[in-house]
Amino acid sequence: MTMDRDCSEALQTTVLDAMNNTEALQLVGSGSKQFFGREAQGAILSLADHRGIISYEPTELVITARAGTPLNEIEAALLEKGQMLPFEPPHFAGRGTIGGAIAAGLSGPRRPWGGAPRDLLLGIKLLDGRGRILSFGGQVMKNVAGYDLSRLMAGALGTLGILLEVSIKVLPKPPLEHTLTFSSKEQDGWSLIHTLLRKAIPITATCSHGEQHKLRLACNEQRLKQIQGSYGMLTVDPQDGFWQALRDQELDLFQQQKPLWRLSVPPAAKLNLPGEHLNEWSGGLHWLISDHPASEIRTLVEKQAGHAILFRNGDRSSEVFHPLQPKVAELQQKLKQVFDPKGIFNPGRHYSHY
Amino acid sequence: MHDRQSLARAFRQLLPDECVIFREEELIPYECDGLSAYRQVPLIVLIPYTADQVQGILKYCNLHQVPVVARGSGTGLSGGALPHEQGVLLSLARLNQILEVDCDNMQARVQPGVRNLAVSEAVKAYGLYYAPDPSSQIACSIGGNVAENAGGVHCLKYGLTLHNVLQVTLLTIDGEQVTLGCGGYDAPGLDLLTLITGSEGMLGVVVEVLVKLLPIPERQQVVLAAFDDIETAGDAVAEIIAQGILPAGLEMMDNLSIRASEDFVHAGYPTDAQAILLCEVDGTDDEVSEEILQVREILLQAGATQVRTAVDEQERTRFWAGRKNAFPAVGRLSPDYYCMDGTIPRSQLGKVLKMIGEMSERYNLRCANVFHAGDGNLHPLILYDANNPGELEKAETFGGEILELCVAVGGTITGEHGVGMEKINQMCAQFPDEALQTFHDVKGVFDPHSLLNPGKAIPTLARCAEFGAMHVHAGKLRFPELERF
Repeated sequence: MTMDRDCSEALQTTVLDAMNNTEALQLVGSGSKQFFGREAQGAILSLADHRGIISYEPTELVITARAGTPLNEIEAALLEKGQMLPFEPPHFAGRGTIGGAIAAGLSGPRRPWGGAPRDLLLGIKLLDGRGRILSFGGQVMKNVAGYDLSRLMAGALGTLGILLEVSIKVLPKPPLEHTLTFSSKEQDGWSLIHTLLRKAIPITATCSHGEQHKLRLACNEQRLKQIQGSYGMLTVDPQDGFWQALRDQELDLFQQQKPLWRLSVPPAAKLNLPGEHLNEWSGGLHWLISDHPASEIRTLVEKQAGHAILFRNGDRSSEVFHPLQPKVAELQQKLKQVFDPKGIFNPGRHYSHY
Repeated sequence: MHDRQSLARAFRQLLPDECVIFREEELIPYECDGLSAYRQVPLIVLIPYTADQVQGILKYCNLHQVPVVARGSGTGLSGGALPHEQGVLLSLARLNQILEVDCDNMQARVQPGVRNLAVSEAVKAYGLYYAPDPSSQIACSIGGNVAENAGGVHCLKYGLTLHNVLQVTLLTIDGEQVTLGCGGYDAPGLDLLTLITGSEGMLGVVVEVLVKLLPIPERQQVVLAAFDDIETAGDAVAEIIAQGILPAGLEMMDNLSIRASEDFVHAGYPTDAQAILLCEVDGTDDEVSEEILQVREILLQAGATQVRTAVDEQERTRFWAGRKNAFPAVGRLSPDYYCMDGTIPRSQLGKVLKMIGEMSERYNLRCANVFHAGDGNLHPLILYDANNPGELEKAETFGGEILELCVAVGGTITGEHGVGMEKINQMCAQFPDEALQTFHDVKGVFDPHSLLNPGKAIPTLARCAEFGAMHVHAGKLRFPELERF
């Protein structure tokens, strides 16, 4: 087993050197998400050795860990106490660190019911681009002192600084979850899922692929039977591991070399785009495998009040994230200046302009 | 220096006459928000009807360097909407329309002046509701909720405002309109929506909000447990969570609050208890029945002297009425009270309450404690009489000491009320200079001339230097016996 280690000082020295020499650094945890974002640039700065759970108090529902701590290690510690990371982070290829999960801002199938990294991040220790170690937020659920700069780091792809430590809200893991499956036309499938949601049926994940639909429910056997009794078409799927395979993109669908788009839209949005579709989050997240022109995909998704990310493959030297309103881009650029004035962290990884 | 008359003339060019309030006697009602200890008559009050008018106001203020303080319903408890003597008080009360209810997506698009409770009332017919429920929900506005990242008694399970807002339309001080967030579950770029939420009107003015709606649970049930010792009650809370139960609400009150509430609303509380816990669970009928049994068992095991499940909806409402009226009930015990809002790791509750008790004796001011036990948010209510010379100052010093204690045990000076004007000195205790400077830099990104709510939320470094000099007597920090986090 790898030793827990605090590498803050060494990292700080590296950052100060990079700042003085204006040298770009490419921040890497386990490297599980190297495919994500725009092409990486700069000298690799590994954060994998900066690892270890610093504190975990199950009754406070909070865990604090160094950024390089593997997700597997964190989830094992939580499971021992019947708890979980509510955002169900992807572990791509069985790897992934907690720092990477927060920095990428990605959530798994539980997202609409469990939240995203930004929802669960309570506090951080940040090593910024001036070499300063700053703490924001804390380990308590409610905290409105000062601007919430910790949550700003969730999904920032390391462009604002190195997350040295993160404190995350955890939740009890449902004691039982069942997978149900049914077949129907795409629209009818959505309608049934929506009906169940409106009735507060305890759904914790959905997946629709063509006419095949799957649901995950957190409830006991008795309740499961009741639900099946009310909605006759739902059959229990005894197959294990589906949701994990979906979360980590291990399903066959994701193995293609074509551009994979991640479309975030209001759940009822109707997306008429050529290509192969799979959706999660009761329709709020669509995976689209398609060679269709990027601009047309983006325009259509934007019309539905959503946004599109070129998630894997395709052209990674142009913008992969959704274009921003000019004023928003300007605000982002200026925020980058606050935290990383020399532009040393992951330049161009998020957007080409910073 | 700006002149009231000329500003009034200028704004009457931009707005209908009735939107421009500038006569001294008409300005008085706006001199304070829910924290009436701080008062300041604004130079002028503007009450526009539309977002376009708000935009015009901001452009004018930016051009002429006029400070702007935005105000929702004025229920805030930290002086966040305290007017600026040289500035505009911008009331968003007339932007009060629910623009769209989208049942398919379980969302509602509302203007900032819409009252919190009005959202839930408007969507009730569809079996939906808006989850955050601050105690002031009858009156407080959604715009104000976003500015303060308002909480309530159901945060543990359903989250804060932050977790229930999908998108906002924000006007920056230069009058540009930006949309932050998305109609879906996440948004592109840096998450500026999280930054805006809870930013106390310092970064922009919110003119539209897309909120998330949830299905109304089939059943809610509450259990009341009495304890003869407050630490035992705290341990019981930890035990409920350790057993994997996530209550919809989990509230604690101490003896002084219990007695005050009982006298006021006759909730049926045991007045001899040192602490009571209210634990609410929600879900389907069966789930609730099952969880209630579990909760009762845990509470009894944990040493509750009495555990009562509300027999019907009326009793459930009565149990909650006691808690929800705790502030005014305590207010009846004394001419004035001062409400604090620290958050602490729950495990520190016993220690913190004991130390607050000691401070109460030292300051010779009574203090009642109401606690969002589930999420560690403590509301000590300090009783004082402003008519006694020096007593307000004494209450403020007492309050400040409580907040610094919260920081010292690893918590924060404000869980849900905001820093505003009130806790600005305690910010110096919570954040070192470098962090405060970063906050100022972030403010500068959005508002380079510091025109939006100037002087609030983030203290200047000079102020902290002065405050620190005042506080560290003979080189001694407060609470030297505590481990620092």
